[in-house]
Amino acid sequence: MIKEYKSLTDVAGPIIIIEGVEECSFGELVEVYLPDGTIRKGEVLEAHKNHALVQLFEGTSDLNIASTRIRFKGKPIEINLSPDIIGRIFNGFGKPIDQGGPIISEKSVSIIGNPINPYSRDYPSEFIQTGISSIDGLNTLVRGQKLPIFSGAGLPHNEIALQIARQAKVLGKEEKFAVVFGAIGVTFEESNTFIESLRESGALERSVLFINLASDPVIERISTPRFALTTAEYLAFELDIQVLVILTDMTNYCEALREVSAARKEIPGRRGYPGYMYTNLATIYERCGRIKGKKGSITMMPILTMPDDDKTHPIPDLSGYITEGQILLSRPLHAKGIYPCVDVLPSLSRLKDKGIGAGKTREDHANLMNQLFSAYAKGREVQELAVILGESALTDLDKLYMKFANEFEEKYVKQGSYENRTIEETMDIGWDLLRILPVHELTRVREEFIEKYYKKPGA
Amino acid sequence: MTNGKIVSISGPLVIAEALPEAKMYEVVRIGRDKLFGEIIELHKQLVYIQCYEETQGLHPGEEVFLQKEQLSVELGPGLIGSIYDGIQRPLDFIYKQYGDFIPKGVDANPLPIDKSWQFTPLLKPGDTVTPGKKIGFVQETESVKHFILAPYDCEGTLQSIQAGSFTIRQSIAQVKQDDKVRDLFLSQTWPVRKSRPYLNKLVPDEPLITGQRVIDMFFPVANGGTACVPGPFGSGKTVIQHQLAKWATADIIVYVGCGERGNEMTDVLMEFPHLKDPKTGRSLMEKTVLIANTSNMPVAAREASVFSGITIAEYFRDMGYRVALMADSTSRWAEAMREISGRLEEMPGEEGYPAYLSSRIASFYERSGKIKTLDNDIGSLSVIGAVSPPGGDLSEPVVQSTLRVVKVFWSLEDKLAYARHFPAIHWLNSYTLYQKISDAYYAKNVDPAWPTIRETAMSLLQKENELQEIVRLVGTDALSEAEKLIMEISKSIKEDFLHQNAFDDIDTFTSAKKQFFMLRNIITYYQEGFEALKQKNILTEFLMKLPVREKIGRVKYIPETELDQCDLSDEIREAIRNISQMSEVSA
Repeated sequence: MIKEYKSLTDVAGPIIIIEGVEECSFGELVEVYLPDGTIRKGEVLEAHKNHALVQLFEGTSDLNIASTRIRFKGKPIEINLSPDIIGRIFNGFGKPIDQGGPIISEKSVSIIGNPINPYSRDYPSEFIQTGISSIDGLNTLVRGQKLPIFSGAGLPHNEIALQIARQAKVLGKEEKFAVVFGAIGVTFEESNTFIESLRESGALERSVLFINLASDPVIERISTPRFALTTAEYLAFELDIQVLVILTDMTNYCEALREVSAARKEIPGRRGYPGYMYTNLATIYERCGRIKGKKGSITMMPILTMPDDDKTHPIPDLSGYITEGQILLSRPLHAKGIYPCVDVLPSLSRLKDKGIGAGKTREDHANLMNQLFSAYAKGREVQELAVILGESALTDLDKLYMKFANEFEEKYVKQGSYENRTIEETMDIGWDLLRILPVHELTRVREEFIEKYYKKPGA
Repeated sequence: MTNGKIVSISGPLVIAEALPEAKMYEVVRIGRDKLFGEIIELHKQLVYIQCYEETQGLHPGEEVFLQKEQLSVELGPGLIGSIYDGIQRPLDFIYKQYGDFIPKGVDANPLPIDKSWQFTPLLKPGDTVTPGKKIGFVQETESVKHFILAPYDCEGTLQSIQAGSFTIRQSIAQVKQDDKVRDLFLSQTWPVRKSRPYLNKLVPDEPLITGQRVIDMFFPVANGGTACVPGPFGSGKTVIQHQLAKWATADIIVYVGCGERGNEMTDVLMEFPHLKDPKTGRSLMEKTVLIANTSNMPVAAREASVFSGITIAEYFRDMGYRVALMADSTSRWAEAMREISGRLEEMPGEEGYPAYLSSRIASFYERSGKIKTLDNDIGSLSVIGAVSPPGGDLSEPVVQSTLRVVKVFWSLEDKLAYARHFPAIHWLNSYTLYQKISDAYYAKNVDPAWPTIRETAMSLLQKENELQEIVRLVGTDALSEAEKLIMEISKSIKEDFLHQNAFDDIDTFTSAKKQFFMLRNIITYYQEGFEALKQKNILTEFLMKLPVREKIGRVKYIPETELDQCDLSDEIREAIRNISQMSEVSA
């Protein structure tokens, strides 16, 4: 029999303390009954011999010490799963909010999940063509990768994420595909853009949405990505579906984490975020990937807005240490009217090397990519130099580099939000641009590729 | 077995009571699922335990069992080629037994207990056995002869010893020790927090050859030395660690993936069996031990993983091998310490890290070194640790504590990484304290000119840095022709020598001899060019247009088998003298 307690002693922020608890376990689901009949859910953060510390996901307003009743459910937070969840919309705590009624579950699964055994992982190596040159050509996405978009307020990160969701495909394959979308504390408008765009492209009936809006309970955001990922794991590893997980905005998640940490009076780490934020974020990001012998996969694109566009802020910093690269958006490029405003130099895809080359994209991909990077970096330096000294002070070679950098931004990076370039198109643009430079500057390219691609335009 | 009861649980910290016999750092099993834990604080009534597994579902009142031993690793045949979690549980076994995810409370033997090994004795009955003496060996893989060492509490006369096929649980020899006869086995255990004994430490005297040009030429690490690689994310720490694991001339590699990405471990697991050791030509996996505690695995085991790794490394060192340990990343280990320390409500030091952070780091790195083993062999253990400072800020406590103990510092710069100049080791900020050792070694074994070539190249790079400042202020026009030449040659050093593509089949490894040729080509170009410029007033612009220049840049793609084609110094000399003469004629 489940016992009911009326021994609430403290309420502070999202945290409550209950005394005289006989049996409760760490991480257990808690239900709190308010006098007016509403039920709020919580999770045990500390289990002691005679008291428990519980965080409430839906806030503590209206709680009353004397009249609140509490039940420990004897199980962790779980989500009900069945193939019917595809096409459904849930709130941030896994409750259906569309008109589809409750989920008749095949199984209930704890949202915490166990870590994937590194031994059972399969290395991601299938090239995903997103149709965006700055990603396909230079920061290639592969299936099973976690590649976040580091953005800033007012930059078109949602548009880019949607373009990727719309266009992403593995060449030459027709497979079951689903999008799991976790909205974490975003505005109604943002979330609506996503839903509408998914509907427009016909992807909505293949999507599962978890929506926690800016007006929804803050602490609920801690569980939203876990609901999304538990669902993704189920779809990928049990139903053999290729899953793309989009989480936006991870900054709000971290802020919720900080709020709980502050309420628990923990020693803060950098900028008040808890010292365990790295580990905590890892338990989210590391749930994506591929598993040996399983057809499905989880590819993840978390979006986070960097406070003050600062890449060294703890949220992007710790994320970057866990994720397999990052797509960094640049405000100056955005101001120049370049969409997608991907700053290719600090952007990175760590898994690209296994996803490109002969048989996957094209033999010259790696060489071409390195050369473009190095030439653009040099070009950017010259651009800066020209600002200080004026263009007349540049050498002839420098001027070529400057021309290269400008055209690179205009022709390679810039494209339309519905423009879907094939990888060949992307690479041909790359070689076109390299022809601005004399051949002896191309030290990162093997001779055979120079013969084949540089010297024979149109070949 | 004594058992106590859980009083409270908060994340990885479990507090228990009624354990009067508990000892500091003793291993315990917690609750129904028998989770692994270690005692980290003792009080009169309460015992503080860090749990190496996810504590969700534990509740107060569950039992805690003392295990009467410290956290230990089992050492013996079967280590090579294994992949372990932080407390030496074999992940391949867990995969076969429990599936794709790691459940809680898994019990698994670190070494295969039913596998038989062919044991060959090196001693005969009647011989004296002293601690650490090699009593025999097992050919564990083609590349590794696994010596069986007498345990450190074993001293006596060998009564009998058998050749033949044994499992690690079968006795291979009997030793008469203080009127008692004890059995010896193929395996032994050792507590991870204690360093293994040796006769005495020696000063490292040869470089660890890595095949990485910027490292071998400019910032070498010694066999038995220590190095650290701090850098912001995306600057290539892991790739450098992987490159060293692949190509360093060590007999045994221990790779500890501590709190890093799961896919990186998978990468090692998938790639290493197919890579060939440049020395033996055998698969790299045949000399590698992997420890994986990925970032989503429980945090306390992360702290244990580096110690498990270094104990295994010491064990092979004691057989007289050259061992290299890579720890990626020590920052995650430090963060694990911080998390536990925070839960213990200890007074925090800098940035919330515990006050004992730097002494822990120092004691870890100090377990490296070149030593004389108890059996009078020479063994060495080199430690290379990656550090992931938040925001790439090198002033943070983990970097600073590490720099105080290590002798080599490879500074990774994000600016270089953005330009895809890899390895992104900055040539001016990095340093090594093993320069003398390596200069002497290479001068003797490769070419006597090695030190001068290296020095000339380094001074050019330094000079170029100063010139860059001028260029940034007033433009290239203000430079003299000689200075322009320095700029061009430095660019060539950076592009054609320092830049090395880890993913190119040929460029990924460069032998010392080829490194020397490559750099000498460029330096010859400089010296000849400088003469031509001074004597015949040939402009840098013309000098740099010679076709042989392009050839210099392509040397990196010439395979090691065609080493003689890498030396272009005669061709360079001739080319530059030709244009000098031509200018004379035209004048």
